[in-house]
Amino acid sequence: MRLPWARTVFWLYAATLMLPLLWMFGMSIRPNEDILGSFSLIPQRVTLENYETFFTNDVWYSSYLNSILYTSMNAVMSLIVALPAAYAFSRFRFAGDKHLFFWLLTNRMAPPAVFLLPFFQIYQSVGLFDTHLGVAIAHMLFNVPLAVWILEGFMSGIPREIDETAAIDGYSLPRFFIRIFLPMIRSAIGVTAFFCFMFSWVELLIARTITSVDAKPIAATMTRTVSAAGVDWGLLAAAGVLTIIPGAIVIWFVRNYIAKGFSMGRV
Amino acid sequence: MALVLDGVCVRQRDEIWLDDINLELSSGMTVLIGPLGAGKTTLMRVVAGLHPPGAGRVIVDGKDVASISVRKRSVAFVYQQFINYPSLTVHENIASPLRLDRAFPKDQVDRRVGEVAELMGIGDLLPRRPSELSGGQQQRTAIARALARPVDVLLLDEPLANLDYKLREQLRGDLKSMFGQSKGVVLYSTSDPAEALGFAAPTVVLGEGRVRHVGDAADMYDRPPTLAVAATLSDPPLNLLPGVVRDGWIECMGASFEAPRAHARAERVVLGVRPHQVSIEGAGPGALAFPAEIRLAEVTGSATFLHLLLRGGTHLVAQLPGTRLFTPGQQATAYVDPAHVLVFDEAGGDLLASSTAEVDLHG
Repeated sequence: MRLPWARTVFWLYAATLMLPLLWMFGMSIRPNEDILGSFSLIPQRVTLENYETFFTNDVWYSSYLNSILYTSMNAVMSLIVALPAAYAFSRFRFAGDKHLFFWLLTNRMAPPAVFLLPFFQIYQSVGLFDTHLGVAIAHMLFNVPLAVWILEGFMSGIPREIDETAAIDGYSLPRFFIRIFLPMIRSAIGVTAFFCFMFSWVELLIARTITSVDAKPIAATMTRTVSAAGVDWGLLAAAGVLTIIPGAIVIWFVRNYIAKGFSMGRV
Repeated sequence: MALVLDGVCVRQRDEIWLDDINLELSSGMTVLIGPLGAGKTTLMRVVAGLHPPGAGRVIVDGKDVASISVRKRSVAFVYQQFINYPSLTVHENIASPLRLDRAFPKDQVDRRVGEVAELMGIGDLLPRRPSELSGGQQQRTAIARALARPVDVLLLDEPLANLDYKLREQLRGDLKSMFGQSKGVVLYSTSDPAEALGFAAPTVVLGEGRVRHVGDAADMYDRPPTLAVAATLSDPPLNLLPGVVRDGWIECMGASFEAPRAHARAERVVLGVRPHQVSIEGAGPGALAFPAEIRLAEVTGSATFLHLLLRGGTHLVAQLPGTRLFTPGQQATAYVDPAHVLVFDEAGGDLLASSTAEVDLHG
């Protein structure tokens, strides 16, 4: 069956979604005078000046690298913590396991602002303030519970008999985990890493509060572009375009498993 | 090599899964047969060390293995589901217990893998991954992995149950010749009487977590010591008819025959009649005749299963050779030769008489 308006509706929807992105891209390749000047759909003068500024200005490109660095650290650290935890929840029964499992997720229910003050104070005193490690650890507060939930769902889909067969064959638990089990949940690890990356990449409030210069995230830099000369629209747009790219790359790798990830592996 | 189970009990909350299991198994194959939920899998898991026995001891080669972890035990296990390591090739799957066994020479691994793969008929599939194999090939891989390393106890938990009929027949033949020369204890569980009878190995009948009987499967089939054993070893299921003993005669739903032996012990009996012993024509002298109505005829090709409703509401299934056509509702008479009737005590289910065996043994 084919609905007569299906095609039109699709393109309308796609245009609505794409317009802000395209507009931002359009802005990023125009000089500021053109952006503030007359309205036009097609850029009159195309320039890469904004991108050039981004990559030559230390404040901009270093905060971009800061974001990539702490986000990657966070994804790796979250996985290292969440993998054994998810395995334990999936395979073992212990006192209070169900409550603990639920409690983990409630960590995600609190607004990040709640944690601002304690993080700020603690980090000042232990020397984690304005470090990449500090931001990565702070984001684990949200990402580890999520990672445990996603991974547990995937792991519970793997028959326990495989664990038992491995034990009978003589595998020790760590060896089985690395050699047999991890390859079986490759896609789950990819999806989890993506979710960790995504939340850490877009999180602004905590990241901005517990950093000042050395680990300042790109999003924070973007909110601080107002100068005496006004807002540098073109540069801001270029930064915006570049901020989308890492997420797009990561999502490309896990595109086939995202749906299962959103349902926490319970499909 | 010997495996001894000494008073093994397993309780899960209020349920009894295994109740005082005492068995002595010597090297070679033993078949464990029982209906669904009899405790076959639990028994195997206890022997493997995957499930702790609530009470009792598991003794392998004279040593209590309670304190030995699963990893250190000399056991292999084949599941009913096809369990392989999906991320490893068939070759690596089979090699994995060998690589982990310190005592096994590392330069012999490839040779041994090739050997068992050849034995299981999967020699040309070694570079593949389990997901690229058919169900039968996957289970062959799992069995090959279990066979690769010489172990004290090899456990196979209904390994053929999830395979289709033809593959099952074929694999059963392969396994029979393979386990014959085994030095360790091979425990093979099944719920299929044809398998138990086909292996012609010592057979343990399990039911409701207890050992019902131990013996030769064919003997137990001919002369089942109890009704439970008869039911477990009968496929198609045994027909059961109520009977009463009176003055040396057994009366059953209007028909009667001379009791083969004195049955003064019991008044009420249960008659066990195998479906292939029921005919609907050409009765010999002295045959029991039951007027019946045909309810359903199932044709399998080589046989026709006729479901009959006897007067009084009892169902009887007759297995007739060949393809036969009947109309439901048709009237018929079911004939049973009293010589083939198994007579059980209604109270305890013990066998009181089996004319077949008596004729065979003494006649």
